[in-house]
Amino acid sequence: MRGITKRFPGVVANDHVDFDLLPGEVHALLGENGAGKSTLMNILYGLYTPDEGEILIKGERVVMHSPKDAIARGIGMVHQHFMLIPVMTVAENVVLASEPREAGVLLDYNEAERRVRELAERFKFAIDPHARVQDISVAQQQRVEILKALYRKAEILILDEPTAVLTPQEALELFQILRGLIAEGLSVIFISHKLDEVLEISDRITVLRRGKTVATIPREGATEQELARLMVGREVLLRVDKKPGTPGEPVLIVENLSVVDDRGLPAVRDVSLQVRAGEIVGIAGVDGNGQSELIDAITGLRRPAGGRVLIGEQEVTTKDADDHLEAGLGHIPEDRQRRGLVLEFTLAENVALHDYDKPPISRWGWLSPRRMIQRARDLLRRYDVRGGGPTTRASALSGGNQQKVVLAREVERDPTVLVAAQPTRGLDVGAIEFVHRRLVEERDEGRAILLISFELDEILSLSDRILVIFEGRIVGEYPPTVSAEELGVAMIGATREAA
Amino acid sequence: MSEPSPEVPRQPTGGDYAPSVAERLAVYQRAGGIITPLLTTIFAFLMGGLVVLATGHNPISTYKGIFDGTGLNYLWAGDRGLAEFNLQQTLLVTTPLIFTGLAVAFAFRCGLFNIGGQGQYIVGAMTAVWVGSSWAGLPGVPHAAIAILLAALAGALWAGIAGLLKATVGAHEVITTIMLNWIAYWIGSYAFGQGGPLQNKENVSVPISSDVVPNARLHVWWGNAQLQGLHIGFFFALFALVVYWFVLNRTTLGYEVRAVGYNPEAARYGGISVARNYFLAMAIAGIFAGFGGAMDMLGWQFRIGVLDIQNSTIGFIGIAVALLGRNTAIGVGFSALLFGALLYGTSTRSLDPAVFPPELAGNLTLMIQALVLLFVGADVLVIYVWNLRRRLRRETGLPAEAPT
Repeated sequence: MRGITKRFPGVVANDHVDFDLLPGEVHALLGENGAGKSTLMNILYGLYTPDEGEILIKGERVVMHSPKDAIARGIGMVHQHFMLIPVMTVAENVVLASEPREAGVLLDYNEAERRVRELAERFKFAIDPHARVQDISVAQQQRVEILKALYRKAEILILDEPTAVLTPQEALELFQILRGLIAEGLSVIFISHKLDEVLEISDRITVLRRGKTVATIPREGATEQELARLMVGREVLLRVDKKPGTPGEPVLIVENLSVVDDRGLPAVRDVSLQVRAGEIVGIAGVDGNGQSELIDAITGLRRPAGGRVLIGEQEVTTKDADDHLEAGLGHIPEDRQRRGLVLEFTLAENVALHDYDKPPISRWGWLSPRRMIQRARDLLRRYDVRGGGPTTRASALSGGNQQKVVLAREVERDPTVLVAAQPTRGLDVGAIEFVHRRLVEERDEGRAILLISFELDEILSLSDRILVIFEGRIVGEYPPTVSAEELGVAMIGATREAA
Repeated sequence: MSEPSPEVPRQPTGGDYAPSVAERLAVYQRAGGIITPLLTTIFAFLMGGLVVLATGHNPISTYKGIFDGTGLNYLWAGDRGLAEFNLQQTLLVTTPLIFTGLAVAFAFRCGLFNIGGQGQYIVGAMTAVWVGSSWAGLPGVPHAAIAILLAALAGALWAGIAGLLKATVGAHEVITTIMLNWIAYWIGSYAFGQGGPLQNKENVSVPISSDVVPNARLHVWWGNAQLQGLHIGFFFALFALVVYWFVLNRTTLGYEVRAVGYNPEAARYGGISVARNYFLAMAIAGIFAGFGGAMDMLGWQFRIGVLDIQNSTIGFIGIAVALLGRNTAIGVGFSALLFGALLYGTSTRSLDPAVFPPELAGNLTLMIQALVLLFVGADVLVIYVWNLRRRLRRETGLPAEAPT
């Protein structure tokens, strides 16, 4: 791809981008959200036509008008959001749109299943062609997408942020599969904004920043620090600069807490923990080990089945969410779009989510939009929120900026205890740095912070103390100097008896 | 963060989240602006025109006949007196439609589909007649005020039952409000039926209520009170539109209702009681509908019969009013006027039989109503299919015009 330029109203998504792919390599396309990675790949896949520039495949200049052209040229793409039909089987999904026919019109299901099985065996995919897509895991659905591309004889496979939906273990399995594809002579374009993955899997790395190619470098010799600098355009602190904390009195006390999940099964079992003012306590664990239920119980969104929760001096165990807020809780929720924000509300309205019913935002039940907007304007400026003002709808903002709005709202309430759940999920390097820095600053201000994260790096770099949760129990406490390996072992329950 | 980053495209929302039908409808209801409702209306009228053509009449002169019959030509009409009367009647019908439209719209803003406007309207009407025809000794203004307030309270109680069931045990409001509609229907049929406790005792063979005493009737400010002129309830309806807007946009209650309607989970996280708002939103919806019933009874009908109760569709048309009006105050105002005009303009009383037989025209109104509802539903469908098509096209690479 040479000199590719694509303009959208008000923005140049790709500005004379050059990109080349060698046979049998994994070429990573790295950049922040909005850097133009997906646009470039959508051009290659025929979804967009470039305004300028040309595409050459095997030395031949091609013009592609639709994905059909791209598929005919051996290009396959796996999107972030899968395009599968849930009620159909794996085999049916794979052969969709080019099914083996019987008597011209009927689907020859046995033939389809045979071909898919053959394909899966050749590339060493562990998948049952007969399973319905709705019954299999996300990781397996992703394999179905890859199989679809292979079935259509793809030689070039584009993967758009493939690991965003996977657990670390599943990501490793995906890399295994990709290596198998390379061994069979395919080429892979791997879109990502995660530095460690890119260094793990790719042969060469092209970095895009604001629609322009910054550099194409071989993996050998590349470091995370260097890639981050190329991506963001300045030095980025990957490790948070932080002084040892000076913890005070415990302000969040959890005693023998038990919580059941939506199905009524025990999710949190007899958990006791304390967070002192001025310290960050990290809870490490693999997704689904009771973290969500623990957060819900501490923040008043779910009634505990047993035990006690104290915020400040107050017992709030069986109180509602607003009593927790009153007691001095701030809560950065796991899912900012489902819980943290009302996407259809303006930013001003979202900022007022906890205190819309208190002066000066309202008096005697009457809202003052003027004061709501004034305060939001000030807050958005101080927290460097971009992409909109107080009257912009929250849905119009990027994930990073949405998270800054949530962070701003929760921190500005001046909470005693701040529960931060997955505070940087889905954010790019620059925004992660911002959130991390703020959290450490808030700790230094004397707040007690409970950090729940699946990202070990995040836990290790921010926490003053680390607790490991496994199957709803706290199975160990570690200092921040603990190695990632040791934590990783604890997270899968291996030290349960020892602890 | 020292230098500006480029425009960042909107992030897709979580893929696993499957919103309910009412939620989806609510989202699309907000999305379209003024263009879609206008197109919806135009399409409905075009289709109606085709049907008129099929019956062998001229659609243009038919529509003109209906329009002239509504009195909306008041300013330039040849016969000012007739147009004046017609306009009064149109606004008379518009008044309760504004109220029942608001009853549906308010619940919608809280994420609830209130099918029960009809039942709430009827309990309001029955209460207003009952109070208005009793206590003959009371002075006029307090009597009417008490009748109106009790009617609103009755509506609030009626809708509140559905709200309470939703808030406490999660019973779906569509089911419960439909059930409450039937309960209101049969209570009314019993109470005012032959031998019923509230039936007019002077003529036991007619299943109808006693009359609202003259003192308790609403003042007629335009036209002749003997000839069913326009009562001041019309201003109450306009005022209700303003109140609706203010409550939603300028009170903490409205903030809570909208937050719950858009995203109950985020509202709960924000410290808002979702259950409380479900109840309150329904109760307030019931107040609007109950008001509507009181306006009709104290404004021009003055009595309610079993047949009125059984044939009334004011509450159901309110659903169409709210949907077409996109749950906004101004939208509900205009769509109530449209439906009010259609109802009256096609009535036997107003449409010139030489232009189009009125007995068919009544069906034409129903048809246009149904078409509007269908298209309001259809634009939800169209947007949905459109999005689906785009997604599928990306995936399967079906030949299609190149997106630019």
